[in-house]
Amino acid sequence: MCGIAGLIYRDGARKIGGEMTAMLQALRHRGPDSTGFAMYGAPGPNEYVMRYKVAEKEDLDGGTRIHRAIRERKAAVDAVLEELGVSVLELDEPTEYALRSRIAFDGDLKRLADQVEEVEGGEILSIGNALELIKDLGDATAVSEVYGLGTFEGTHGIGHTRMATESDVDIRSAHPYWAYPYNDIAVVHNGQITNYWLMRRQLEREGQRFVSHCDSELLAVYTAVNLEKGMSLEESLRRSIDEIDGVFTYLITTGNELGMAKDTMAAKPMVLYEADDMVALASEEVAIRAILPHEIDTSDPYDEEVRVWQA
Amino acid sequence: MAGMSESTSTQMGMHTEPLTGRDIKTKFTLENEGGFAYHFARDVDFNRRAEIDCAELEPTEINRQIRELMDSGHGSIVIRNPGAKHSLVVGILNRMNIIVEGSLGYFGCGLLDGPTVRIAGRVGWSFGENMMAGVCVVEENAGSTFGAALRGGDLVCKGSVGSRTGIDQKGGTIIVGGDTGAFSGFMMQRGRIVVCGNAGKNLGDSMYDGTIYVGGDIRDLGVDAVQAELTDVDRAWLTRKLNMYELLPAQGVDHFTKIVAGKQLWSYDNLEPTEKKLVL
Repeated sequence: MCGIAGLIYRDGARKIGGEMTAMLQALRHRGPDSTGFAMYGAPGPNEYVMRYKVAEKEDLDGGTRIHRAIRERKAAVDAVLEELGVSVLELDEPTEYALRSRIAFDGDLKRLADQVEEVEGGEILSIGNALELIKDLGDATAVSEVYGLGTFEGTHGIGHTRMATESDVDIRSAHPYWAYPYNDIAVVHNGQITNYWLMRRQLEREGQRFVSHCDSELLAVYTAVNLEKGMSLEESLRRSIDEIDGVFTYLITTGNELGMAKDTMAAKPMVLYEADDMVALASEEVAIRAILPHEIDTSDPYDEEVRVWQA
Repeated sequence: MAGMSESTSTQMGMHTEPLTGRDIKTKFTLENEGGFAYHFARDVDFNRRAEIDCAELEPTEINRQIRELMDSGHGSIVIRNPGAKHSLVVGILNRMNIIVEGSLGYFGCGLLDGPTVRIAGRVGWSFGENMMAGVCVVEENAGSTFGAALRGGDLVCKGSVGSRTGIDQKGGTIIVGGDTGAFSGFMMQRGRIVVCGNAGKNLGDSMYDGTIYVGGDIRDLGVDAVQAELTDVDRAWLTRKLNMYELLPAQGVDHFTKIVAGKQLWSYDNLEPTEKKLVL
């Protein structure tokens, strides 16, 4: 059934990493297979943060040769970055297979993403001025500890606890999804899109590329294309209710916005808390109460409801 | 319906046949309605009051403590720091008072038969599901499927509720002080829903029977839901019921719209009562 959560502060950055971890841990029972975060830190001028992996977590159980393969893949990625003129300002390796690079780059993001993904096992989780997308197997606390997310500061973020239903239990199938290769757009989704293949083929004919077989990725790419055409996030969300079939509630983030849309049947839950300085949303109120333990006034958005908040 | 003349109940669109079930027939008659209790019901004293602090407890433990307090004769229980946890205050088949000083999560107060429950905060999805008798009053908002498959008693939300309120309702009364979402009264079979505010799309879709009253705007009606004339009996009942829960609008109830089943889609009116009970 999966759980989703979102958080946005309207008055500057906070330690949203710890808060998102607490919210998602409270939703663990909705999906213990994997957990993912898409959080927005302080954007640097002409800088991007690239989160990528060169193997799946379970590959490490496959023998000793994988460790040499991972070293070779990292070297191959380094070679790609050097060839494209990317300056690596900072490199973190929270796990053997998943990396974070702060880079300076003024070239074509799509070309960069394509060439990194040509490396065997290579997959870009996100590239963004402010976006950092982290996902791995396990619950929120486990993922947060491994990736050191407790101290992450930012203005807004979304997250997902996944119960695998139609695709594998691996990082590639975990949420959130980045809108490949668009800057700073990510999505989490609870539900099922029934015209996924129809919509996906239409976007592929227009030149878009999908990295997974998960219907949630469609929402990210669909939104990014609409924004590129000049629509506002709110217009894109409204259009999605007419054009996308199925039952869904989804949260989508850009560099400075958090948006929500609920389908025409209102079959997937969402609880909303709004205050002057912040907005928190989650599949269940218990997730919001994980960061706001006192009594709060919450409500359920209705069918076809669309909301957008600014950071 | 004990004490109500057949003509009055018929005017309100209610069924008149006695609904004596096979299991309870030997213990329950309409004349002795007030004395009915389960053979395993606890003998509780309403003046004995106890509190449970839920801050550090799991739902299973909280529900176990409620039962233990009932076993020891406590008739009034206060639930502190419920923290929107799921499945609290469920399966209570006693007459007693429960006060929840906060909010409940999903599936709160399900399968109740008898207690009076007051929730100071809000409640999540599927609150009061399958309630058979008693009163539940929620002071703030409620989630979707509020009162799903309700069979009896009064389920009241003073704020607004989500979608599919009273889905599959089989009896009892649901009262909403604010708005209700889409598909409210979906496949409703009996009972009454009162919405003081607005109702979302497809109100009363595929309803078999029962009555829905709406004080505000109705976005649209579902399949086979039709408007009916608001009678003096309806006005009297609405006034009395809304007054009980301090939800009577200042302008009265004349502006309420009454919605019933058109019975073009489903109709069991030609069946014998015993046959109808099997179907419903």
